[in-house]
Amino acid sequence: MTAQFFGYIGRKTFRIKDTFADLFKEISGVYHLTRHTLYCSFIEPLRGKPIKWGSMWIQMEEVGVKSALIVFLTLFLIGVILAIQTAYQMSQFGAIEYVGALVGVAITRELGPLMAALVMAGRVGAAFTAELGTMKVSDEILALETMALDPVKFLIVPRFLALIVMLPCLTILGNLMGIFGGFLVGVTTLGIDPIIYMDRSIEALQVKDVFSGLFKSGMFALIIVMIGSYLAFVIEGGAEKVGQNTRSAVVTSMILIIISDMVFTAFFFFLE
Amino acid sequence: MITIRNLKKTFGEGDKKMIVLDNFNADFEEGKVTCILGGSGSGKSTVLKHMIGVYQPDSGEIKVDGENIVGMNREQMNKVRKKYGIMFQSGALFNSMTVEENVALPLREHTNLNETTIKIMVKMKLEMVGLRGAEHLKPSQISGGMLKRISLARAISLDPKIVFYDEPSAGLDPISIGVIDQLIKDLSNKMGITSIVVTHELASAFRIADKIIMLFKGEIISSGTPEEIKNSKDPRVVQFINGLPDGPIPFSKSQRDYGEELKEMTFYN
Repeated sequence: MTAQFFGYIGRKTFRIKDTFADLFKEISGVYHLTRHTLYCSFIEPLRGKPIKWGSMWIQMEEVGVKSALIVFLTLFLIGVILAIQTAYQMSQFGAIEYVGALVGVAITRELGPLMAALVMAGRVGAAFTAELGTMKVSDEILALETMALDPVKFLIVPRFLALIVMLPCLTILGNLMGIFGGFLVGVTTLGIDPIIYMDRSIEALQVKDVFSGLFKSGMFALIIVMIGSYLAFVIEGGAEKVGQNTRSAVVTSMILIIISDMVFTAFFFFLE
Repeated sequence: MITIRNLKKTFGEGDKKMIVLDNFNADFEEGKVTCILGGSGSGKSTVLKHMIGVYQPDSGEIKVDGENIVGMNREQMNKVRKKYGIMFQSGALFNSMTVEENVALPLREHTNLNETTIKIMVKMKLEMVGLRGAEHLKPSQISGGMLKRISLARAISLDPKIVFYDEPSAGLDPISIGVIDQLIKDLSNKMGITSIVVTHELASAFRIADKIIMLFKGEIISSGTPEEIKNSKDPRVVQFINGLPDGPIPFSKSQRDYGEELKEMTFYN
């Protein structure tokens, strides 16, 4: 009986140990891929190996321009919802004109970068994993390596640079859309004077808010690309694994985006 | 040209450990066509992947032009790889690029040639595989046989000294197999390319090979000229070249005894 009990505990402990070992293996894999990507994007060009501008432009259009509509729509509606939801509470304090300030700060500091990143994790992260994963399965990545070409430089770096430029751009424009959404609701449904609405918003907003938001969205871009491409590069086997890893890429990057958002929000909060 | 000494490779750990190659030795001579022949699971693709530096062996050495490639870092390996051309089983062409871009990719990346020269060279390589005029097509628009030939054109675009062929004739019709065999032979004879062909197509191996290495369970069971292989008395070789279902090479892949495994099964009612 005792032996069985200890045997049970022992097996469980070993299983937990294995789980952690696997987890650390994955983390170190992502770390090495990220380091190599950063090296190829920022240091190698200085040593006379230029980055692939052609494919970077294509990716910028793919991940940036073509995602604009869905990001704008999301943030516009978030602005509208935020204004409607807060108006009732604010009106109880007779502070309905501060809806503009609330919407402006909430969107630029938090919701703009976060929602844009979540939408992009679904739209772009999934596409990265599916595309690179299929290349891995059909030996295209192996072919690149055996041609003495670096798959990281060829495939990940253009996507990384494209997203790290385009996600902050989309976030800025999305922020404007969100503020515009709140403004529309504020001046029509809620009947706030447009001038007062804008004044309160501008009073409340600081340049720092925008920058902390953009810093976050840069970090989110890194998370989306690295998780997406790591999970594509580790695929062995066939279509089933591509599907699985695409799903876990989206889930993992969404969770990591939210966790890191929390960490950075806390960080910026205590910094002030 | 390429010599392999005492190569050992195992996959998996603990109970699932599987010895794929054990004490493997082979020589691939310059300018000759060497075929690695064997049934599925005999370790022939593993040998190929060691030679192109995809797998690192547990022990042993692989010398390419006198340089040991085992334990080389990425940059050193890339230097060796520039001597290589590899034709993959699936073709492994880049689906997002046209045929021309595929064939031109190694030239664009590894040379400083201008665009016109590259275009001319691509045309030459495509003419060699008989597919001039397919430049603008995407890999998804062409047939399996054409894919392999374009893969070959890409493999030889940098005029490599050594070309590896992974199952060049798998899944092709007899005429396409004949065309590819002819290409392999021509490249070796006319341009002095060392060819290493991994295949299980007997007919094509006998047609093109200067030397055949026959593998079974990660060991060389026979090697020599096609004539020597044909006249071999080794029962395993005889079984393989005649395609006999019964013989020393078992059909079943399981490593455990069938009766034992049945006895150990538990049945629930």
